[in-house]
Amino acid sequence: MRSNAYTLFFTAIITVVLGFLLSIAATTLKERQELNMNIDIQKNILRALEFEENPEIPWTVNDVQYLFTNFIRGIVVQQDGSLAEGIVPANINDEDEDKLFPVFLKFKGEVCEGYAIPISGKGLWSTLYGYLAIHPDGKTVKGITFYKHGETPGLGGEVDKRWFTDNFKGKSLFSDDGTLVSIAVVRGVVDGESKTVQHQVDGISGATMTGKGLTNFLLSDLKKYEPFLKRIAAGDQL
Amino acid sequence: MALLDKKSRQVIKDPLMNNNPITLQVLGICSALAVTVKMDTALVMSAAVVFVLTMSNTILSLLRSFIPSRVRIIVMLAVIASLVILTDQVLRAYMYDMSKQLSVFVGLIITNCIVMGRAEAFATQNPPGKAFFDGLGNALGYGLILVGVSAFREILGSGSLLGFSVVPQWLYGMGYENNGLMVLSPGAFIILGLIIWVQRSLGKIEES
Repeated sequence: MRSNAYTLFFTAIITVVLGFLLSIAATTLKERQELNMNIDIQKNILRALEFEENPEIPWTVNDVQYLFTNFIRGIVVQQDGSLAEGIVPANINDEDEDKLFPVFLKFKGEVCEGYAIPISGKGLWSTLYGYLAIHPDGKTVKGITFYKHGETPGLGGEVDKRWFTDNFKGKSLFSDDGTLVSIAVVRGVVDGESKTVQHQVDGISGATMTGKGLTNFLLSDLKKYEPFLKRIAAGDQL
Repeated sequence: MALLDKKSRQVIKDPLMNNNPITLQVLGICSALAVTVKMDTALVMSAAVVFVLTMSNTILSLLRSFIPSRVRIIVMLAVIASLVILTDQVLRAYMYDMSKQLSVFVGLIITNCIVMGRAEAFATQNPPGKAFFDGLGNALGYGLILVGVSAFREILGSGSLLGFSVVPQWLYGMGYENNGLMVLSPGAFIILGLIIWVQRSLGKIEES
């Protein structure tokens, strides 16, 4: 049996050496990881806005950057739905996060084809981050994507799969009289006969809590953008 | 293989077949079920385990006479965890999409029984050279099963292999359908069970 002093000494050395190696690795790889993360976010904005990726030839970093710079325009809107002049989404300070909201516009020539807004909130285990894309009419959903979450793979983790996200397409965020109702993830399958079918999507079995969380934060995020969406729906030009 | 003496060859060959960590010791099943839907994830996962297991075995074998026995499990865990975090960081930097698909399962290599098992049973009692080959052999044995299971699951479940379609269109025309069960975890259990069955019954013949 070795002495306690030796044991302490040995564990201290191991801890310092391993900690040192890991911090070197983390620092040197940080730049590349951040680039990857940004590209992934841009990719998700593109996907939400219905840019189709050929599954045989996935987008490269250059493809994403090309599409993003040429077809996407980032703007910032204020709480009342008006445009915040002279500021782009990347420049929003942390303290202004609840006052200034980013929107990504998809342009084909001079025609705006859709708006993507960031959504995020608690699922069951983790915070989900994604984008919701809305049709130029200001109320029909164009697409939804999630780029970061820590839900159980195979259960809540299915939120980022096409079979689930495709259900959001064509659903409506506003009721006929113009009130914001958002979209709810139901338990099981949506009843096709129900009046609210336009505001519901099929749930993921085994992930009821993830669906509930998604329903909640979707509504609260949309409330922030409500004035802006109503402006678009009324046909206001930006 | 001629470079290796008979003992090293035995150390590396044994876990590939006769003493395979998955099919005979039934260790490391969790990740074997989770990452074998597609072959590409299985390959990357196997590569990650090869790296972690050979490195951890070698490092722990080098340190074996210095590690105080009272804290040996913690030291093993620290070394293994550091290697796994390193692997995860590298994947995130250079294979981002893959690391997203593998999600928590790279991190879970830390708790993979094969890695801890080899450290405790072999690496801390044998010289580094042997420990290296033991790690390599066990990791390859793990990888072999992973890739095998994923090949069945991808062909039967998605009709493709490494992303290329292999099931001809006319077969679908005749009413053939991809088997949805193979995409889910129970499919992996069934394939794995069949592999274990086949291997054990073949093994019996050898013994007699």
